[in-house]
Amino acid sequence: MGYEGEIVAQLLPEFERLNPGIHVDLQQMPVLSAHEKLLTAYAGNSLPDVTPIGNTWIPEFASLNALEPLDDEIAATPGFDVDDFYPNVWDSGVIDGKAYAVPWYVETRLPFYRVDLLHEAGIDKPPTNWGEWRTAMAAVKRKVGSKRYAILLPLNEFEPLLNLAIHDPLLRDGGRYGNFRSAGFKRTLAFYKEIFDNDWAPKVANTAISNVWDEFGNGYYTFYINGPWNIAEFKKRLPASLSNSWMTMPLPGPDGPGASVAGGTSFVVFRTSRHKAAAWKLIAWLSTPAVQARFHGLTGDLPPRRSPWNIPRLANDPYARAYRIQLERAVPTPKVPEWERIATEMRLVGEQVANDRMSVDEAAAELDRRADRILEKRRWMLDQKPATGAQP
Amino acid sequence: MKPSLAGWTFAAPALVVIALFFFLPVIAALALSVTDFDIYALADIGNLRFVAFDNYIGLLQNPLFWKTLGNTLCFVVVGVPLSIAVSLGAAVLLHSKLGRFKGFFRTAFFAPVVTTVVAVAVIWRYLFHTRYGLVNWGLSLVGIDAIDWLGDPHWAMPTIILFAVWKNFGYNMIIFLAGLQSIPEDLYEAARIDGAGLWKQFRHVTLPMLGPVLLLVGILTMSGYFQLFAEPYVMTQGGPLESTKSVLYLMYEEGFKWWNLGNASAVAFLLFVLMTVVTSGLLWFARRKGAE
Repeated sequence: MGYEGEIVAQLLPEFERLNPGIHVDLQQMPVLSAHEKLLTAYAGNSLPDVTPIGNTWIPEFASLNALEPLDDEIAATPGFDVDDFYPNVWDSGVIDGKAYAVPWYVETRLPFYRVDLLHEAGIDKPPTNWGEWRTAMAAVKRKVGSKRYAILLPLNEFEPLLNLAIHDPLLRDGGRYGNFRSAGFKRTLAFYKEIFDNDWAPKVANTAISNVWDEFGNGYYTFYINGPWNIAEFKKRLPASLSNSWMTMPLPGPDGPGASVAGGTSFVVFRTSRHKAAAWKLIAWLSTPAVQARFHGLTGDLPPRRSPWNIPRLANDPYARAYRIQLERAVPTPKVPEWERIATEMRLVGEQVANDRMSVDEAAAELDRRADRILEKRRWMLDQKPATGAQP
Repeated sequence: MKPSLAGWTFAAPALVVIALFFFLPVIAALALSVTDFDIYALADIGNLRFVAFDNYIGLLQNPLFWKTLGNTLCFVVVGVPLSIAVSLGAAVLLHSKLGRFKGFFRTAFFAPVVTTVVAVAVIWRYLFHTRYGLVNWGLSLVGIDAIDWLGDPHWAMPTIILFAVWKNFGYNMIIFLAGLQSIPEDLYEAARIDGAGLWKQFRHVTLPMLGPVLLLVGILTMSGYFQLFAEPYVMTQGGPLESTKSVLYLMYEEGFKWWNLGNASAVAFLLFVLMTVVTSGLLWFARRKGAE
């Protein structure tokens, strides 16, 4: 998919050379329409053999019964060390105890920040919990004035709020009901609201920021929560004079280092595939530490296994260090097919809260109401066949 | 062969096509709208439940549906008259004998219609950018504070309307231009001899003669504007605070983003009913006025 789809084409000839008799027919898909295309392909019974899919789609395709469990192949492949993977990243592909997916590359979100602006505001150490973060944001805001801000949390993205909130379970009773009225989520939402109430973050969508890298360079905001692909982008796009003025840091949590979302892309084999053995060979080869290290060199994507992180390129990259720490604390999103929709509702309600249209308590109750409505069918499904366990 | 049979024979191919590609899907969609067809039902048809009118009732109780309906109606009520007025104005100007460079302007006004909405939207997003946009820069020259055109829930819809009108008025303009050219010149001559000024000529000659064209354009534009989708999709993604989310946008999200096809079909039918009612109302009004 996307950029990775173009890059992987460079690796495939070697796989074909090592495995005569297997010919990989690569079809590239734009990321934005991949989900629709795959669902349509499922309905039309024309799925490919193997596809990397977004981790949040795994429960959905598993509930469609479209995915092939991979446990036997994993056990039968020498050198395929499950324990070498980041446990929570690996867990994203495990549903009801069966492994349906093998992580290809990982992402999680954490703050990029401007060292120089933070220093000017009198803060010399990146914050490690929300209390320190509050102090830092208030100090930055005092320093930069009304036209600039401490942090960017685009209101049309659910990822910032979700990453702040993920340390608490967001659904309860096995994904039957929303858990947004919990004390933990309310605390997160209150923190989120506080950031906007104090004008630490502008109330804007990312469409209002024409170029996030330039604006980061301009000091329009000091903290920017985003994914690892932006390391390369910032290196490339920021002027040389700023090359020592920015860094990444682990995401602060309410009382110390915080959790974050274990996102990324994983390989799945579709049940309808007629070349499952060959498909698995390809996955296993692309998952070897050496190939993962090469893939990182080509794309900058972060490997899901720990051993490739020891190559000098990654081990010595100061910007990647925070991600390495953060990945140990990353947790998967709730594994229900409805999750993306619930996350979208969370964003919409979060936008209302940021704009002061709702209080934290109202928002929490509204989110539970919406989540419970969305999960109604799932509850019915779970009640229908309690014993089969085919559903996630 | 009886004449009626011959008639049916000749009409048959068209009727078959219409039945196959219009009535059948409509009936299928109607059937879908009384079920809760979703991703689970796609996996196993046994997971499909018949829900009767629950989708419709649920929608009518959903504040978001009313909000999107309000947004759509606002877009139609403001956008359609504005669009027709601008088209008519442009057509009259282009038709005027005093006009120069008519070919150029005709092409220039029509150009937005044939450009792709996505490419144009990108340009407009820059023009209307809060801090770097040309529009706010122009306003700042005359001392007006920057307006957050696409980020302020009060301004987003007006901006979308402006964008849609600019994008679409050229099409109606061409139809009006054709209508204007078919008005006999001697009517104007007679009006001038009777002492009618420019406004009176427009009011009592041009408008009545354009009646049927106006009706056609009105219905086409209205049904087009009810189906507002592409503009907010590329400009604002329905935001901020869902102030530019239209009914069709809601349907798209329900159907293609979340795969609740039952619910999406219900939205489609509500919109269909609404459009039928409004268009019939317009036709009834025109018939009473004798425009048809």
